[in-house]
Amino acid sequence: MKKRVKKTDGNRESGRRDFLKKAWMIIGAVAAAELAFFFISLLKPSKELKKSKPGSTVRIIGNIDDFIPGTVTPDRINKLFIVRESDGGFLALSLICPHLGCSVLWDDTKKQFDCPCHSSAFDRYGVVLNSPAPRPLDYFPVNLEAGKVKVDVSQKAKRRKFETSQMTYAI
Amino acid sequence: MKEATLRFNLTFGLGGMAALLVVAQVVTGLLLKFHYEPSPENAYNSIMNLQDSLLFGKMLRNIHHWSAIGLLWIVFLHMLRVAFTGAYRKPRHATWIFGLVLLILVVLSNFTGYLLPWDQLSYWAVTISTSLLAYVPLIGDPIREALLGGKEVGQATLTNFFNLHTGVIPLLLVALMAYHFWRVRKAGGVIVAEKDKDGAMVDTRPHLVNREFVVAVALLAFLFIVSSLFDGPLRERANPSFSPNPAKAPWYFMGLQELLIHFHPFFAIVVFPLTVLIAACWLPYIRLEDKNQGIWFLSDKGIRSAKFSLASGVVFTVLFIGFSELLPDPELLLPSVTSLITKGLIPFAILAATLYFFLQYIVRKFSLNRSEIIQSVIIIMIVSYTVLTLTGIFFRGAGMNLMWPWQV
Repeated sequence: MKKRVKKTDGNRESGRRDFLKKAWMIIGAVAAAELAFFFISLLKPSKELKKSKPGSTVRIIGNIDDFIPGTVTPDRINKLFIVRESDGGFLALSLICPHLGCSVLWDDTKKQFDCPCHSSAFDRYGVVLNSPAPRPLDYFPVNLEAGKVKVDVSQKAKRRKFETSQMTYAI
Repeated sequence: MKEATLRFNLTFGLGGMAALLVVAQVVTGLLLKFHYEPSPENAYNSIMNLQDSLLFGKMLRNIHHWSAIGLLWIVFLHMLRVAFTGAYRKPRHATWIFGLVLLILVVLSNFTGYLLPWDQLSYWAVTISTSLLAYVPLIGDPIREALLGGKEVGQATLTNFFNLHTGVIPLLLVALMAYHFWRVRKAGGVIVAEKDKDGAMVDTRPHLVNREFVVAVALLAFLFIVSSLFDGPLRERANPSFSPNPAKAPWYFMGLQELLIHFHPFFAIVVFPLTVLIAACWLPYIRLEDKNQGIWFLSDKGIRSAKFSLASGVVFTVLFIGFSELLPDPELLLPSVTSLITKGLIPFAILAATLYFFLQYIVRKFSLNRSEIIQSVIIIMIVSYTVLTLTGIFFRGAGMNLMWPWQV
């Protein structure tokens, strides 16, 4: 088959062709970028679903007087423990082990949290006693209002160590 | 096609078996989809209902379950066959790379399917396996949250996994399988030894077709028998606030979970798997001088060094696990040094050095060529992962403590 020879006298022709080629490629790249953006935002967890009921993430765990000082009470529905210190302070700890996500259990005889998956252990402030947990148990800020213990479950916070500011005291 | 490729113990028909099981999964999967409901509230019930109220419902689920396990094994064995007959070299290098992609897709398919029953086994296995992802620096957390559709395993996770399992992955599998088969034909069919390269040619129909048919029917019969005798597991309904003790990842990830017990997460989740992946992709491009492909284990020296490497791999890994168990925790000995070094870099360096000296030793002992060295490395990696996996499954009980299998 005879090879088609490119017209050399058509400088304006090939210039236009090159320009159009480039333009198509740029448009194609923009389309690909838009598709990628759409795909990624499809995969992102829907923020709208979470915002639909603004007040619902604040949960009432119980009455302040229900929690005896010096005890640890589990709340399996909200996935946390309420630790009430002997001086009356509240600390809400997540029951999710920071190692690989298993649910920790409170051992009242040893006074520590134990993870059934890889034997991580935490003291009553959630500080790591035994590896492989890489950091202390996450905590939730506690709000004491009208005699009730309230926890905003969307405010789970990581920490490097325990600080007394993480505890909440009734006025 | 070349007559020499008809020999059963050249390939054991593994590729064909894999293709058959993929088809079996699609068919049984489509049937299951008529009954399964992908929501945390109803998933478990829909499966209980299928098993108990529908005639052959349990059988259908069992076939899907055992076929899934069989598929994973068969593609793994197929990969081994290709590796040990040297069929990854040019012109089959791209076939090997795409084969690796297919392997990853099969593992992902098994993993996404694992969550769907929403029982205690599924929920926690997926929780742990995706938490492993979070240890990958920078990209780990975003990928985990995209996969889970949130911060924890929930409805969004089930939606994502169901879509991946019944839509995205099957489509990719079919497309890539087609390309994989085409590449095999383009390379002239299954690999044969140098001496058989210009051997006799025979018609595909009836010679290959009949053999493939017999293997397929035998495999299906075996699958049906197993499915009628043994049930797929279904524990109690998933309880997000209560982890079973011990909580284990699916069996093919147990090696990784075991490795996590001994190493800092960055090494167990990133360094080791990445090293293996890079090595596997690099494999077809290594320049090899010998012409031993198409022969199992390449040569007589190859067979002997392979056996030696197998035994050494088992012994070394068992010793490693034993030492790791008996030695005091480095984090308690040297709390000031980051565990990234004491439980990461240092043991990794020790293992790399051991491997290096071992290879030097066997090269001299057996006078190995490059292909045979590669073979030994492959065997050692597979054997050590196998030992780790078996330890994780059978020798780890409550609290993931080491114990005898009957105590687990």
